[in-house]
Amino acid sequence: MCTYLTEKFEIEGSGKAAKGWFSLSEATVYVDHPVHAPYAHTVNIDFLNPADGPSARVPVELTEEAALALADAIHRALAAAPPGLASAANAGK
Amino acid sequence: MTDAMRAETITISGHGGDEIEAYLARPLDSGSRGGVVVIHHMPGYDAATKEIVRRFAVHGYNALCPNLYSREAPGADPDDAAAAVRAAGGVPDDRLVGDVDGAARYLRALDGANGKIGVIGYCSGGRQTFLSACSLQIDAAVDCYGAFVVNEPPEGAPVTMKPILGLAPQLSCPLLGLFGAEDNFPSPEETAKLSAELDRLGKPHEFHTFDDAGHAFFAVDRPAYRPAAVVEGWKHVFEFFGTHL
Repeated sequence: MCTYLTEKFEIEGSGKAAKGWFSLSEATVYVDHPVHAPYAHTVNIDFLNPADGPSARVPVELTEEAALALADAIHRALAAAPPGLASAANAGK
Repeated sequence: MTDAMRAETITISGHGGDEIEAYLARPLDSGSRGGVVVIHHMPGYDAATKEIVRRFAVHGYNALCPNLYSREAPGADPDDAAAAVRAAGGVPDDRLVGDVDGAARYLRALDGANGKIGVIGYCSGGRQTFLSACSLQIDAAVDCYGAFVVNEPPEGAPVTMKPILGLAPQLSCPLLGLFGAEDNFPSPEETAKLSAELDRLGKPHEFHTFDDAGHAFFAVDRPAYRPAAVVEGWKHVFEFFGTHL
């Protein structure tokens, strides 16, 4: 099945694709068919900068287990660091 | 008789006169022949779709696939283009119809064209095939597992993905439907409702639902591929186009 559903949100940060590093402005998360991963459906996460064109994109295609493990690892890593250390509000500090 | 063909990327005039990329395959021997517009699946104008276009030329048709993501992502990899269009909310229905119309006009103008046009689409292209056949004068249409023709999409789906069963009275040609029994979008219940409505309206159609097949069973480069359904499905496609084009 194609879900057609897409979670989209604004982000700040950088990513690297074939053309090198670039600034990121949005991310999408959707459960649908992967292009490369050998599964019928995966959790697909794209880090994007639409202003730089469609190729300004860092995609990953993860199994449900991998995606949930990633989410947990993000929470653990942030909990282990001083609060707000990686916050946009603390840029340059 | 020769089995030579020519396949290439061209530019056609799509919706609103926009110049868009398209992939054309045509047999090189002389003779009168029908044209087939191929509507690519949601993952885009990719290598597997171009292979489908060439398959129609092997079977004696001129075939043309417009790149529906041409405007948002000119020259991009198909997967990047599909991601960009997905993030932007999908392809608007009126633009799709204009692009298919442009492709059909191009095919009708080719030397040796008999004027007959078939449309075939996969995944989101299945719904778009039904939309095209209800919006344009077409001679035969093949819907491969198109969802949301009948049912409302889930909450949060793009606004471009609305049910279009209300257009059924305008269906301009016979419709062949190829579906998977294990698909949820469209489910067998959804395609049965479409069939019942076409019966009610006296619209000729032929639906086949394959066991042991889900969504995207024609996709040769994905795990959804189901050889038995595909072999049978292609047979139906060429019998259907052989009759109507």
